[in-house]
Amino acid sequence: MAKQAPDFANRPDNTAFTQQRLPAWQPMLSAGIVIPGFVLIGLAFIGIGVALLVTSQSIQVFEMDYTGVGNNHPCFHCSDPKPKPCVCKLNFTIDFFLKGPVFFYYGLSNYFQNYRKYSVSKDDDQLSGNLKNFESPSDTCSPYQRDNNKPIVPCGSIANSMFNDTFKLYQNVNATMKPVNFDGKGIAWWTDYNIKYRNPDTTPLRNAFNNTVKPIFWPVPAYELDPKDPANNGFINQNFLVWMRTAALPDFRKLYARINDPPYAEGLPAGSYMLEIQYNYPVLAFGGTKKVVFSNVSWMGGKNDFLGIAYLVIGTLCVLMSIVMLIVYAKFKFPEED
Amino acid sequence: MLRRRLNRLLGGDERRVDSRTIYVGHRSSSPGEPIIKFCDNRIVSSKYTVWNFLPKNLFEQFRRIANFYFLIIFLVQVIVDTPTSPVTSGLPLFFVITVTAIKQGYEDWLRHKADNEVNKYPVTVLEQGERTRKDSEKIKVGDVVEVEEDETFPCDLILLQSSRDDGTCYVTTASLDGESNHKTHYTVSDTEKDLETLNATIECEQPQPDLYKFVGRMHIYKNDQEPVVRSLGPENLLLKGATLKNTQRIYGVALYTGMETKMALNYQGKSQKRSAVEKSINAFLLVYLCILVSKALVCTILKYVWQSRPGQDEPWYNEKTQRDKETNLYLKMFTDFLSFMVLFNFIIPVSMYVTVEMQKFLGSFFITWDKDFFDPEIKEGALVNTSDLNEELGQVEYVFTDKTGTLTQNNMEFIECCIDGFQYKYRDASSELDGFCVADGPVNKVQEKAGRAKEELFLRALCLCHTVQVKEPTEQGPVDGLMDQVDAGVPHPPQEQRGFIASSPDEVALVKGAMRYGFTFLGLESRNMKILNRNNDVEMYELLHVLTFDPVRRRMSVIVRSNSGDTLLFCKGADSSIFPRVRQEEVERIRMHVERNATEGYRTLCVAYKYLSAEEFAQADAGLMEARLALQNREEKLLAVYNQVETDMSLIGATAVEDRLQEEAAETMEALQGAGIKVWVLTGDKMETAKSTCYACRLFQRSTELLELTVRTLEDGGRKREERLHELLLEYHKKAVQDAPPLKGGITRTWSSETQDYGFIIDGATLSMVLNSSSESNSSRYKSLFLQICQNCTSVLCCRMAPLQKAQIVKMVKNSKGNPITLSIGDGANDVSMILEAHVGIGIKGKEGRQAVRNSDYAIPKLKHLKKLLLAHGHLYYVRIAHLVQYFFYKNLCFILPQFLYQFFCGYSQQPLYDAAYLTMYNICFTSMPILAYSLLEQHICIEVLLDNAALYREIAKNGMLRWRPFLYWTLLGVFHGLLFFFGVRYLFSNPALQDNGQVFGNWSYGTIVFTILVFTVTLKLALDTRHWTWINHFVIWGSLLFYVFFSFFWGGIIWPFLKQQRLYFVFANMLSSVSAWLVIILLILLSLLPEILLVVFRKPRGPNSRQPVESNAGGHQSPRSTAQPLLMKTFSDESNTVI
Repeated sequence: MAKQAPDFANRPDNTAFTQQRLPAWQPMLSAGIVIPGFVLIGLAFIGIGVALLVTSQSIQVFEMDYTGVGNNHPCFHCSDPKPKPCVCKLNFTIDFFLKGPVFFYYGLSNYFQNYRKYSVSKDDDQLSGNLKNFESPSDTCSPYQRDNNKPIVPCGSIANSMFNDTFKLYQNVNATMKPVNFDGKGIAWWTDYNIKYRNPDTTPLRNAFNNTVKPIFWPVPAYELDPKDPANNGFINQNFLVWMRTAALPDFRKLYARINDPPYAEGLPAGSYMLEIQYNYPVLAFGGTKKVVFSNVSWMGGKNDFLGIAYLVIGTLCVLMSIVMLIVYAKFKFPEED
Repeated sequence: MLRRRLNRLLGGDERRVDSRTIYVGHRSSSPGEPIIKFCDNRIVSSKYTVWNFLPKNLFEQFRRIANFYFLIIFLVQVIVDTPTSPVTSGLPLFFVITVTAIKQGYEDWLRHKADNEVNKYPVTVLEQGERTRKDSEKIKVGDVVEVEEDETFPCDLILLQSSRDDGTCYVTTASLDGESNHKTHYTVSDTEKDLETLNATIECEQPQPDLYKFVGRMHIYKNDQEPVVRSLGPENLLLKGATLKNTQRIYGVALYTGMETKMALNYQGKSQKRSAVEKSINAFLLVYLCILVSKALVCTILKYVWQSRPGQDEPWYNEKTQRDKETNLYLKMFTDFLSFMVLFNFIIPVSMYVTVEMQKFLGSFFITWDKDFFDPEIKEGALVNTSDLNEELGQVEYVFTDKTGTLTQNNMEFIECCIDGFQYKYRDASSELDGFCVADGPVNKVQEKAGRAKEELFLRALCLCHTVQVKEPTEQGPVDGLMDQVDAGVPHPPQEQRGFIASSPDEVALVKGAMRYGFTFLGLESRNMKILNRNNDVEMYELLHVLTFDPVRRRMSVIVRSNSGDTLLFCKGADSSIFPRVRQEEVERIRMHVERNATEGYRTLCVAYKYLSAEEFAQADAGLMEARLALQNREEKLLAVYNQVETDMSLIGATAVEDRLQEEAAETMEALQGAGIKVWVLTGDKMETAKSTCYACRLFQRSTELLELTVRTLEDGGRKREERLHELLLEYHKKAVQDAPPLKGGITRTWSSETQDYGFIIDGATLSMVLNSSSESNSSRYKSLFLQICQNCTSVLCCRMAPLQKAQIVKMVKNSKGNPITLSIGDGANDVSMILEAHVGIGIKGKEGRQAVRNSDYAIPKLKHLKKLLLAHGHLYYVRIAHLVQYFFYKNLCFILPQFLYQFFCGYSQQPLYDAAYLTMYNICFTSMPILAYSLLEQHICIEVLLDNAALYREIAKNGMLRWRPFLYWTLLGVFHGLLFFFGVRYLFSNPALQDNGQVFGNWSYGTIVFTILVFTVTLKLALDTRHWTWINHFVIWGSLLFYVFFSFFWGGIIWPFLKQQRLYFVFANMLSSVSAWLVIILLILLSLLPEILLVVFRKPRGPNSRQPVESNAGGHQSPRSTAQPLLMKTFSDESNTVI
């Protein structure tokens, strides 16, 4: 009856939503789902774990500390911060064929690149080639903002403390030192040296740095970082970029170079080598150490057993738990199915 | 608020005077007198003006402790060099403050609009004999105002002149107290002649909020005569907000204006009730605040310990700035502490408050929307007056219910009467209405028993002794608004030509009852009551006085003069108040009937009369006039005269009126008891009536042993009442408390048949003895004994309660051990006190006006709706909000814990682990919507099961999900997850070369991996907890995760010009290019959730049962006995009459 309509003007809408009757899926985690689920997850995890562990084990690593602690360490004479420059030569033997491509890392310990004041001490605008920030670097760079009233470019603690040891590797072949070429390209993120960090458009590059000074601890200005390759200078020098990406933890390693020039592209053959280190970077003052690492990588990155072990443990646990559950439910005769 | 403001306005000399003088039409008799300024007629309900909105609103918002805390954090960030920018906490705070300000501003704008509508309403004022139109706000005290039909009164007026001949006008006060009946108001006699020349002053009390009280006096000065004095009472006062009905036009003099009107004085914010959940939140907040402070302290201390080691304070690569070096060490420590606080402050999220508020606000709509609460009879659904208490509905331990109108329908039907000791049963009520006019047939025999004279006297008494109005026939054109306001209880209006309007349904039932026996009340015409008698003759009685009803006397009388000149007094009232005032030999004949009727569940009234001789009448008349003129203690004086007049009457008979039980009252009560809720019936009714209601509602079972503590049992022993009380209390205590088997955890007890049920009955007089015992020491002892007995009884019946006593009882239980959550439900003005007192107040949209509804937190149309409100809505709301709160604390704990742990790896330098965008967005965008959707839609057990299985309610009793144990569980879960996230990634980063090209990840990658695991884990944890997946849940859960991924791409995909540091540039994309990162994310998410899944599975055997309807001893068996066999009653008690 049409007349009835106004009577129910106040009646609440009878929709599924207002009546809290929306169709709903009500998942129940029953044993029938969970036990097979656990078994599946467990098996998958064990599989992944095995793959990870095997991969990780297959990665070859050769590590050397060269801080120079101890009288008989070849770098001992350099660990004293006074005389500079100092070169130390590290002879070592690799007993196995280090399969290529080989990556060469340097590592520092007890070095807090993630210290808050340190990690903000840079000027991203300057580093993206903004000439205005060449004249007046950001305040965050303090205390490496200006030197004698001249702006420091690149400013800030991070740039100032850039790792400046240099390495040369020689293979000792029948007492002759055969140099192994380091390739310093491709060690930084592609986006860093193509987009995020930019040199000013000025040519030559050094003109942009007029009226600025180099960071206090640097031996050379930014536009002369790589004397061999002019394209690898300024803010897009790859070693600089690697350094500027601050490490997450106080013990870290950073990529220095790749060895991919023939004949070493296939790997470093077993044999004796000599690493010539230009030892500039003091670490003993803050109780740190330095090391170099030769390593090859796999699809999962560098060698790290943690993931593989963790996957294996969790996978095993899952399978065990499903067995326990099976026993429990067998005893209780699957009460939910009654 | 308004009251305070008013007091300020009133300050000064006016406050000291307890009456005010008003010159009608501003014509002062002695021109020299100073004219006192009264406030103008502007109504101000708004809080702000355009100018003070911003400062005042901000001030009020920052008075909230949470907002203040966030403001402090923000200020610290601005002032001190802190790790995160002020934006991270400023933005959410700004958002919250703005949204709240906009909401409050809008509400205030609405109030302004409403105020303006009232204030600018054009009214007609008589000035110097001319009618002028002005805005309502311009009315001054003393103005003579004209009001036309259907207009509302612009201020409180004294009625001077009415367009009706008899000097009356009709008024409805629907907007004031919800009573839609027409009330008659009277002009002041001698004023109706000529308003222009009227020279009068009014002396009256200062404004006070009681709508039904007013005393005043009018002095009318006529040329050279002694001034005439007239008394003024509430019947002369027209209240602002009431509407003029059935009267073309009236003139009145403004008495109280603006904020001094009774309506404005009654407008006051209700006291804020805080829910138990909120108390839990505050307690948890405190814990988290402690965690926050201790984290900051630990970090600060460790920082300085660490820095004291050689070489660590200032390594060469990280030189300090000049300013840093110069800063005082202790100042540095302090700022470091503040920095840590800022870094960890996200552990107490501003968004939780917003989400909780939103959940409550939006959630309450489900109550309003529920069509099960819609009552086709009154065409209304449930009403939510406050959404703050939704979850409290799931926590109720005690229900205090009114009887009349709540347990019973308050829909009265005349059942039988007893005249002179003979029973008259009216049968076949619906079919033959007029069949009784002529005395014949089998009924006739019965009727003959008492003799015609007695019968007719009795019926005349029923016709005359009342305050019922006849609904005027709608002959004078379209008078709308009248038709729909007839007594809503008229079940079959077509047959009964006449509509009666009365404040109490009993009276209508009686008048209708008399009509069936042939005596029809035709109405009141200029103080003459017209009755159509059996012979279809119209009898006229002049109405001389009405001795109004009040709950103390429990009776009312009229004094009328018949055509023959006899002056008669008719009185009707409760047996207890009539019997002592009539001759004892008459009582014995009637008492039996009254008691039988009472036990059958009828409301009984006794009717008595008396002839007044001329002297007696003259004396009474004078006494009444004098008392009515009194300015002070008018009520007391009137009462004295009433008591003096109502003596030596003759009892003629008694009536029995049936009040049916509410629909499904018994089922509802049974469900409540099954839910472990104790139901107390608090009624003003007498014990027998109330007891039979309790049996009918199955609050008392046959097996229930009743412990009675009433005046009757106290007098049994023949000793002093006090001694007997002491003795009985101890005896009952022994029975119910000491001998009872020890309860396991209070309400978790099952009401199985093995344990003896006890019911406890107490009446008002005894209660006041218990509460106000003569000696102080006894009083507290009795009180605790009484409470202990009551708490061990399944149901308690308190009868003969005054409204205030009801509130006293609620308060007593509320403050007893364990602070149980109480709920009061009632429908009448007499329940308002207990509704306001209880944690949750529920109003029934009944027939006794709307006062209960207005003062309640929730209003429902019928008692039966209480079951769903508590068992389904309350339960769900509680589970939802409890989960919401716990989840919020959990997700912020595992959010901030990795950041805390990171401090150990970054030299305690306050380095944030996550990017500022993530810190800000985590609570606002990434994890807020799923929990909001959950907290609105979750039904961990579906509604039908909750309703069928009342025992489920007990599972969440006593704040079960927000006690320390579950809180500890959630906290530990948060800690576990936080540790897992941080250290899982930490071990992955022991070799940061995670990509297949040998490149390494930095600290922002680290943070992003942790954050990704975090967002996914907390969202999936919620997904695991969700038992009720609607499309909305799917949408927001998966949508949030997708949004996070897209946002991260977007945020890292662009060089943002406004950012100083492009920290996250391509970090997320690079992370996804690393297989190891993927694997660790999957591993840690699964590992975090595994224990949760295991727990769910192992807890399972209990799980499924609760989701299926199970026959339980609590709500399973529904015996057919209930509504069909109701017959509950009530005497003419205080409850029936709301015109106080």
